[in-house]
Amino acid sequence: MPGKISISFPHMGDYSAVFTQVLRHMFPQARVFPAPPMTQRTVELGGRHSPDFVCSPFKFNLGNYIEALEEGANVLFQTGLGCRYGYYGELQEQILRDLGYQFRFVCLSRDRANPQYVYQTFRELGCPLSTPKMIEAGLLALASIRVMDRYDYFMRENAGFETVPGSFEGVRRQLLREIEAADGFGDLLEAGTRSRRAAAGIRLDRPENPLRVGIVGDLYTLMEPFSNFYVERQLAKDGIAVSRKMSVWFLMFGQNHRRAVKKSGRYLHHTVGANGVDSVAQSLSYARQGYDGIIHMKSFGCIPELNATPALLNLSRHWGIPILDLSFDSHTSETGVQTRLEAFSDMIRMKKEEEDAAKREPGRGRGFGVHQGRRAGQQR
Amino acid sequence: MTIGLPRALLYYRYQHLWNTFFTELGCRTITSPETSQEILSQGIARSGGECCLPEKLFLGHVHSLIGRCDFILVPRFKTAGKNTEFCVRFWGIPDIVRNSFPEAPLIGYSLQEQIRGNERQGFVRMGQFLGYSSAQSLRAYRMAAEEQRRQDELAVLRQQELFSTEGLKILIASQPYLIHDAYVGRPLVRMLREQGGTPVFADRCERSSCRAFAGSISSDLYWVLNQEVIGAIPLMKEKVDGALLITAFPCGTDSIVNELVLRRVRDLPITQIVLDEQQGEAGLRTRVECFMDILSERKRAHAG
Repeated sequence: MPGKISISFPHMGDYSAVFTQVLRHMFPQARVFPAPPMTQRTVELGGRHSPDFVCSPFKFNLGNYIEALEEGANVLFQTGLGCRYGYYGELQEQILRDLGYQFRFVCLSRDRANPQYVYQTFRELGCPLSTPKMIEAGLLALASIRVMDRYDYFMRENAGFETVPGSFEGVRRQLLREIEAADGFGDLLEAGTRSRRAAAGIRLDRPENPLRVGIVGDLYTLMEPFSNFYVERQLAKDGIAVSRKMSVWFLMFGQNHRRAVKKSGRYLHHTVGANGVDSVAQSLSYARQGYDGIIHMKSFGCIPELNATPALLNLSRHWGIPILDLSFDSHTSETGVQTRLEAFSDMIRMKKEEEDAAKREPGRGRGFGVHQGRRAGQQR
Repeated sequence: MTIGLPRALLYYRYQHLWNTFFTELGCRTITSPETSQEILSQGIARSGGECCLPEKLFLGHVHSLIGRCDFILVPRFKTAGKNTEFCVRFWGIPDIVRNSFPEAPLIGYSLQEQIRGNERQGFVRMGQFLGYSSAQSLRAYRMAAEEQRRQDELAVLRQQELFSTEGLKILIASQPYLIHDAYVGRPLVRMLREQGGTPVFADRCERSSCRAFAGSISSDLYWVLNQEVIGAIPLMKEKVDGALLITAFPCGTDSIVNELVLRRVRDLPITQIVLDEQQGEAGLRTRVECFMDILSERKRAHAG
């Protein structure tokens, strides 16, 4: 390819920090930059050139690509595994070519997502590193994902109770900057320790028995806060502890479909594609742990999550745990989502108060018909 | 013993296999009636608004069978070979049905074709579950598989006879469970015939050739049902005058594959029609008429 190569890739949450780091190491002479930050324009651009009822991550990705190409990118990265995601690349490349852009499209999807193919592709793109150095850069990226995911998990659980608003987010921004700039394991270790210490030093006002909500659903909608209108942030504002197991680390090393089917308590007998069975297994575990509610998020028409929905409805009924279903598309309105979230948190708060009252004075608070349901659930 | 077969989804692909297998064993089979407004409304009532039309139809058909038979056949289709799979909707169908109709007695098998003898094993287990010996079940399965193969070949031959007839031939690139459905797809076929067109169905072209030809349009495609549909386009393009891509709202696999087809197939007039549960006849008729007019004008121009 003539001229300097400049590499770009679409957003998914803040993992762009890690991708920037690893690609910067692999291609020292190239310009590496994530697609410009997501805005309404990104969504509109992506939506305009996408097929009508494709799932929304496709539209977000495409919007990212167009804006990255406008910024001068000439190498684009895509990956993809389950369900439709594995097939995004071919159509996205075709759409971008039809729009007249010149670029090289590197699609590491499905059976191409193996270390050997990635190695060959990086060599073709002109990666000058020796093989051990390449492996080291790869491992550093994995470790960075681990550090980031652990911090995020801790933050979701506690951000609802910080006394100074924005303290956790501030530490996180710092951590992401350090991850992006990290040149070795020493830097990463230091960044991880510093963020852990800083997070431990944040003053919390956590009640003894806070409201707890679990989040399950399709991977992109969960991990890209722009696509779900920052649901987690809003829950934190309402003083709710949020648990979410989905992360890139979980996708790479945590998921095991056979085990998830076993853990889905006979609600599912088979895998139902992508992370559908994980949604059910995790929901069941939240229900067992006595969470106050579950939010099931997906992009519009997400088949694996729709396959899991009837099972989740039954689970909600048997265990008496409220499940809020949210579907996101490029046309979803933020106000609509906010209203439903507020109603949901009010509802689970009232339900909890009533249950606590019933515990103190037996005989009261049977209004929700929940207690009977939970007992029935425990017998299963 | 009576086995109920829902007339939806892959019934249109495997009906002879299923019917022969159960009758050879000595069971009675009943098939749910042709889709009607009633069946569709039952299906819609039992599924979320975002679910695809074929799934709604399937649930409607299952509902119509409850109470009329001892078991309802709901198989699961996962993979069709190395690197080819069915839409994940087919992976989840048994679990969807079980959770939507907890009272329905279900029977089924899970197909993973890349494992040798996987289908045979599934059928033998079904036979054993119904109380027959494995030898009986195996015999019934062999007869059934042979019958299905024979019927598939027959369908291909019958379709080839059509090419000697006059008139415009239009390739209908659609999943069989859409276009052969009495309520959803068949009105469209009827309109096409009324306009003087001869429909050529993608699912009645030779399957293995279709799969092989699909690669010339899309190299990454891994959904076997879509391969068979779009592979018919390069296979048949010399013999037909135009192609109609028929899909249902919101079909996940078609949403991506058909867009790619529309962008890549340049040497054949082609258009897409999206069917949904609220369609009006008039809108559909206008689109079919319009497409047919273009094709006949084009043919006249080429002839003259």
